[in-house]
Amino acid sequence: MQLEKFSYDNEIVKKFALATTIWGLVGMLVGLLIATQLFAPALNFNIPFLTFGRIRPLHTNAVIFAFVGNAIFMGVYYSLQRLCKARMLSDWLSNFHFWGWQLIIVAAAITLPLGITTSKEYAELEWPIDIMIALVWIAFGINMFGTIIKRREKHMYVAIWFYIATWVTVTVLHVVNSIEIPVSFLKSYPVYAGVQDALVQWWYGHNAVAFFLTTPYLGLMYYYLPKAANRPVYSYKLSIVHFWTLVFIYIWAGPHHLLYSALPDWAQSLGTVFSIMLIAPSWGGMINGLLTLRGAWDRVRENPILKFMVVAVTAYGMATFEGPMLSLKNVNAIAHFTDWIIAHVHVGALGWNGFLTFGILYWLVPKLWKTNLYSKKLANFHFWIGFLGIVFYALSMWFSGVTQSLMWKQFTPLGVLQYPNFLETVLQIVPMYIIRMIGGSLYFAGVIVMVYNLMKTAKQGSFAKEEPAEAPALERFKDPLKRGVIHRFLEGKPAIFISLTLVVVLIASVFEFVPMFLIKSNIPTIASVKPYTPLELQGRDIYIREACNSCHSQLVRPFRSETERYGEYSKAGEYVYDHPFLWGSKRTGPDLHRIGGKYPSLWHYLHMDNPSSMSPGSLMPSYPWLLTNDLDVSDTESKIHAMRSIGVPYPDGYEKIANDDLQIQAEQIALDLQNAGAPAEPNKEIIALIAYLQRLGTDIKASSNVTKQAGN
Amino acid sequence: MFKEVLQSIEGVEFYTIVSMLIFMLFFIGMIIWLFKVDKKYIKEMSELPLEEENNNEFSNLTGGTK
Repeated sequence: MQLEKFSYDNEIVKKFALATTIWGLVGMLVGLLIATQLFAPALNFNIPFLTFGRIRPLHTNAVIFAFVGNAIFMGVYYSLQRLCKARMLSDWLSNFHFWGWQLIIVAAAITLPLGITTSKEYAELEWPIDIMIALVWIAFGINMFGTIIKRREKHMYVAIWFYIATWVTVTVLHVVNSIEIPVSFLKSYPVYAGVQDALVQWWYGHNAVAFFLTTPYLGLMYYYLPKAANRPVYSYKLSIVHFWTLVFIYIWAGPHHLLYSALPDWAQSLGTVFSIMLIAPSWGGMINGLLTLRGAWDRVRENPILKFMVVAVTAYGMATFEGPMLSLKNVNAIAHFTDWIIAHVHVGALGWNGFLTFGILYWLVPKLWKTNLYSKKLANFHFWIGFLGIVFYALSMWFSGVTQSLMWKQFTPLGVLQYPNFLETVLQIVPMYIIRMIGGSLYFAGVIVMVYNLMKTAKQGSFAKEEPAEAPALERFKDPLKRGVIHRFLEGKPAIFISLTLVVVLIASVFEFVPMFLIKSNIPTIASVKPYTPLELQGRDIYIREACNSCHSQLVRPFRSETERYGEYSKAGEYVYDHPFLWGSKRTGPDLHRIGGKYPSLWHYLHMDNPSSMSPGSLMPSYPWLLTNDLDVSDTESKIHAMRSIGVPYPDGYEKIANDDLQIQAEQIALDLQNAGAPAEPNKEIIALIAYLQRLGTDIKASSNVTKQAGN
Repeated sequence: MFKEVLQSIEGVEFYTIVSMLIFMLFFIGMIIWLFKVDKKYIKEMSELPLEEENNNEFSNLTGGTK
């Protein structure tokens, strides 16, 4: 048989390894800063670019797309070449992929602190960056499938299926969730509104976790764990079953992020049922990973790489058990909007993604530089300090979440809320915020030790860009299909494999979306709900820019404890003009859906300038710039126009006179403030924000309570 | 906007049932295949990542000869 000589591209693997390390440090450092701001709000230094709402998405994007993203590509580019016994299709595409991805990250790091955001969690980047992401992702796809097609190995190992499923699904998610109407170069509105927008967003958000943080990492696990343990995976059959089940079930579970919300009940139940079912394939993966080490556990004691991987897989198992439990409505009623969810995602992020990445880096760097790891001791130290960091982090957030939630729900024997002041429940958990920050610092310290260790390792070794290899050419028609065709057939045919994955993924989406968009009764309309005035619309965009929804929900759940605290529970029909929806996912501060008319405008004016002047001890940062910044009204016309094109019923030609209405309303609010003694001017941003806040949640009162309107 | 697009597809409900059936049949087929499959083939597949030469001499960490 003819042996073909070729070489593996190690240079691209090295680049991605470097990128994941650097962005990992950056992302975690930003995380530490925002964690500290939660008990020391003055650390925003009254600078907009350093304020929690704006840099919290910077942290999540940096960790998910920069740290984990680059780690995925590092792992894929190394393993795919070897599993296919072929060099990547094109060096040019590899480099385009690498530099394009870094450019996207830099663009995110610039736009997010500037407040340029869509407000949709994990999809905050505005439309020009969305297009860049699509281009780079397609380049990655061509490069990957090209390599698979020209492979010299007949079969596609299970890791490759996970890579394919990742690529296919992320493509679908990104496209569907990014359908938006541009208003200007850096501003857009999603075509969906309210409940439908929420459903699409959490279908996306949940599956971003599934297909960006989970399936590619399972692929990496199936390659690097057997490599590090030097033994094959426990059960290859189990990997087949768990792959298809996981891909099929995962996509359904999104609505569990919207339990007790205004989403129709059938969709909520669908989310719960599929989330419970998810335990099976998730644990299939965990068991397969852990049992790979059967009879070799003694090696785990000596080998830090295996330690990292074992904890990673265990954390995966824990998080995928906790997730379904959190999807039960009775558990979710307690956990949702609290720090419990923060604990949950960090068990996944720090444990599963972080530790698997570190394990792979400790394995890969000595391999690429053809040397031994500089210090096994330091790697062990990293393991223990990182592990301790996770424990501190998760425990403090579990405590904090449950404590606060129970305080929110506590009634006195007389039947009134025991802690009617929201702030009281926040101050109770401040010590937990401090412990969380300590946990995060320990974890971060471990990463610094790793960087030092890996740099020393690289220094003592010698890196070879090209790794020579040889393999016989694949004789494509030699082995016609014999018996038991299905899966073997698929492995031989990447194109069919891809289409099947796509079909499986789309089935669930069709099931969820078609009824939601088709059946009118799912979103009962409320006659008194009207579009926002131009000033309120501008105020809403300031709310989005400052990402108030990072800490404040706009969704009163139908519990007595919530209707007592906030007012009437939220109805689906109230959100029909909300492009985008702003329900939020975390209540670091109180819900704002019924804030309209609750306080006088002066309260908001002083509160935004310095929150603790109105609520002593408040953890909310100050927003003094809103009082001094002039409101930009140059885009009112295009905003009204864009809104009408996606179905908001502004009268024809209204955009031409919108700014006149805006002016009148602004002067009214400014006058109101001046009468109360505040030096307010009508052309400042704060006026628009107050207009929006005072409108929030008041529409359904309009029909029954006419006098209330006068107060707005 | 979406509503119109979806409503214009005739018998759109039918597609959801068909897609469900496709998956169920595929899933059942896969399980049957798994029971019948050649053990040698499974072993060969699971050893794929270990196939390339085990140049463990470059690592003081990964198993093998230590």
